[in-house]
This record gives sequence, C-alpha cells and structure tokens, in this order.
Amino acid sequence: MTDLFSKFDPIIAQREALLESGVTDPFNLVMEKVESPTVAICNGQRTILLGTYNYMGMTFDPDVIAAGKTALDEFGSGTTGSRVLNGTYVGHRAVEQALKDFYAMDHAMVFSTGYQANLGVISTIAGKDDYIVLDIDSHASIYDGCALGNAQIVPFRHNDIEALEKRLKRIPEGAGKLVVLEGVYSMLGDVAPLKDMVAVSKATGAMVLVDEAHSMGFIGERGRGVAEAQGVIDDVDFIIGTFSKSVGTVGGFCVSNHPKFEILRLVCRPYVFTASLPPSVVATAATSIRKLMDSADKRAHLWENSKRLHSGLKQLGFTLGTGEPQSAIIAVIMPDLETGAAMWEALLMEGLYVNLARPPATPAGMTLLRCSLCALHTEDQVGEILGMFAAAGRATNCIS
Amino acid sequence: MSDRQQTYAKVVELIAPFNKKSVAITEATRFAQDLEWDSLTVLDFVATIEDEFDVLISMNMQAEIETVGQLIDALGRLKSQ
Repeated sequence: MTDLFSKFDPIIAQREALLESGVTDPFNLVMEKVESPTVAICNGQRTILLGTYNYMGMTFDPDVIAAGKTALDEFGSGTTGSRVLNGTYVGHRAVEQALKDFYAMDHAMVFSTGYQANLGVISTIAGKDDYIVLDIDSHASIYDGCALGNAQIVPFRHNDIEALEKRLKRIPEGAGKLVVLEGVYSMLGDVAPLKDMVAVSKATGAMVLVDEAHSMGFIGERGRGVAEAQGVIDDVDFIIGTFSKSVGTVGGFCVSNHPKFEILRLVCRPYVFTASLPPSVVATAATSIRKLMDSADKRAHLWENSKRLHSGLKQLGFTLGTGEPQSAIIAVIMPDLETGAAMWEALLMEGLYVNLARPPATPAGMTLLRCSLCALHTEDQVGEILGMFAAAGRATNCIS
Repeated sequence: MSDRQQTYAKVVELIAPFNKKSVAITEATRFAQDLEWDSLTVLDFVATIEDEFDVLISMNMQAEIETVGQLIDALGRLKSQ
C-alpha cells in the first residue's frame, strides 16, 4: 500500500533536521496574552510584536471593540449560513457600504477571508479561453484562484513592465484578458510600478485586478492603496483586499465599478458555498474601515517608523529586501534557513517577534526575517527593536 | 535541416546558458529531473523561448511539457497556429 503521506517526507526531514539543532520551532509559537497591537506575552515573556499585519493598530481600538460587543449581543455569535441564503444581516450590508465609501466605488462584495476573495473573483471572472497574466511573485491565493478556474495562466518576471507588455501582446486577438497585480508584495515589502503596468494593460484592452491587502489603510492619501498613491485607481477594474491586516479582524472583499459586478454574488462559488462572517466581525470591520478614512496622522507615523527601522537595520549591517522603505514591511535577508531560525530564536529571547519566512512563500528560495511595523509602535519601541536586532545579530554572527 | 531539426538546434542553444550542470541534451532530457531547474529558472527559460519564437507558452501548456522533445512538438504546434 502506498502511504499518501510519503510525498511529504522531504519537508518532514527538513523540519526534523532544523529542530534537532535545538532551535525553538519557529512555526509553533503561542501568544499566551495579547496586551495591545504591539505587545504580547510569549513563553511567559513580554514580547514586542513586529511580525503581525496589524499595520494600523485597530485590534484594540475602543470604538471597534464596542461595535463588536454590541453586534454580538444583538445578533448572536454567528450567521450559520451563506451570504445568498440566511447569512446576510444588516451588518454585512453596512460593511459593504463602508467599503464603497472608503474606496469611492459603486460595488463591494465581502467574502469570509481575503484568500477566498482572490480565489472566488479570479476563478469566476476568467473562464476557459481567457488569459490571466500575473506577476510570478503573486500570493498563493492568486495562484490558487488561477488553479480553481480554467483560464490560460501566463506569469511574467516580478515587477517587469516590458515582460508584462510582451506577453499581453502575444495573446490571441479577441481573447479575454485579466492582469493580476499586487500593490505591495508581502515578502520583500516592495511596491509594484502600477502606474506603468495599468497603462500597458489597459492599452491592450485587459481588465486589471490589484490585490491591495498590504497597502490598505496605510498607502495613498486616503489609505486606498498603491493604485491611489500612483494615481491609477480609476483605471483599476477590481481591487481585492482583506480585513485581516489594517482593518484588524478577518474577512476579504472586492470593490469595483463594473456595471455587472453584482452578478458575482450568484456565480462565485467561494462566496456562495461558505458561511458568512459573524455579525461581530462585520461590525468591527465596518467601524474600523470608517476610522481608517481619517487616519492621516497614523499613516504619517507609520511611515516614520518604517523609515527609521529600515535605516537603522541597514546601519547595523543587515541586508534588506528593498534599497529604500516602500511599505510597512521591512524584510531582512538571511543567508540560509539555519541562520534564519537561529536569528529568529535569538530575537525571541530578546523579546521580539518577527516572521520567519522561507520557500515556497518567499521568492528565489530566500529565507527572510520579515518585520512588519504598526502605526502604534512608539519611537521608543522602534529604538528598542533596533537594540534587540543588534544584540541578536551579534550573538548569531549575522553582523559584526 | 527540417523545421523540427532547426527548432531543436535553436532550443539546445537556448538551454545552454541555463544548463549549469552541463547535462548532455537529447530529446528525452527532462527539465525538472535531469536539468534540475527551479521555478525561477523555468520562468526565465520560458521567457527566452517565447521571445525567440514569438509565442506564448502558458503554465497550463508548461504542465504538459516535461522533456525537450515535448517542447519542440509544442513549438511546432504553436508556430503552425
């Protein structure tokens, strides 16, 4: 009999080898208490959080919490149903209205997770004989959306405008075309040249979908993302986003001005065949989204944090994913998984949590210590973080 | 030389810069197992082939192409379209 699990043997072996070295399992951390968006207790120790997607620090906002509690009292703990049957409450409509107001767009559709938003929209709108042209470094949810559908999938080299244009021009005349891009690529924290890419795509008659998961709330004058910051938001056909980052809860969405957009509610399987978000979640999301509209000061402070951490780490001698800070993500490139895991553990001992990221999530087989900043990290905390990186880096010989 | 031979010669020439282990190339050579290419190398090689022959090789098609011979066949079909 063939053991169906034998295909996982290489990754089991790699994991065992790593743990045999005595290092703490980087993929098994438990937060025992969460004190604020920036501090938790891990292994009994006060730990600064620098590896969450809580960019705008909304998870403990008093208005957000109050809205969630009220909804829990008034509407119960869950909807126990699909959006198209018994799972649409006033709160679901209210959060979709908040999104329409936030993005100034005609339509908004809320999914149970951001992953499902990509899965659903991409697999549904690009059918057989259509072409999806996507950046090779796209998120797993985008690739899975492609795999769920029947379209022809054409990847191009990361952020390469010419490679995108060449491929678009080779697509047979008359075929439907969807270009899938991200505002911020979450592994290295780099931003896409959306201005040029959207222009090139539109020139060939393609529709454009941009995943702004890691830019919502922070990038752009009103926090609408990289498309807003680069002045092309009106030319983007679909924006995909999530509630699990700046919004501070869970859920996903797509906003659009397409006149026929609403039909997706009936034909998009990852929207139809799953339970809708709990009332408390949509209430917290709606409150948070409305507060994010007027958060210019927090956006400015988050940029300051990002710049300071980037220049501080560079000064210490670390190799970073981008030459300049482009988002709230600063990726520290590690030479290999063993060194990365040792450095990750040393940071945790110092009282700092960052993400250890490795293939296949990372591009080009890289191991990364991925730092994501929060608008509520204080100046003092950023200073503390740099001190911890200095100590851990020297202890593991990552820097001299 | 036939069209197929010409395509084969060109493909072998284009494989060379990516053939880090100097594997001897035949029509039976497999890209993943024999040349040990990772996904990024595949992307670059496919882009090179696409530019040379002015065709588009989707990931759906790539999934069906395991060997050099299968790539030659696919290019023949694409060029005749």
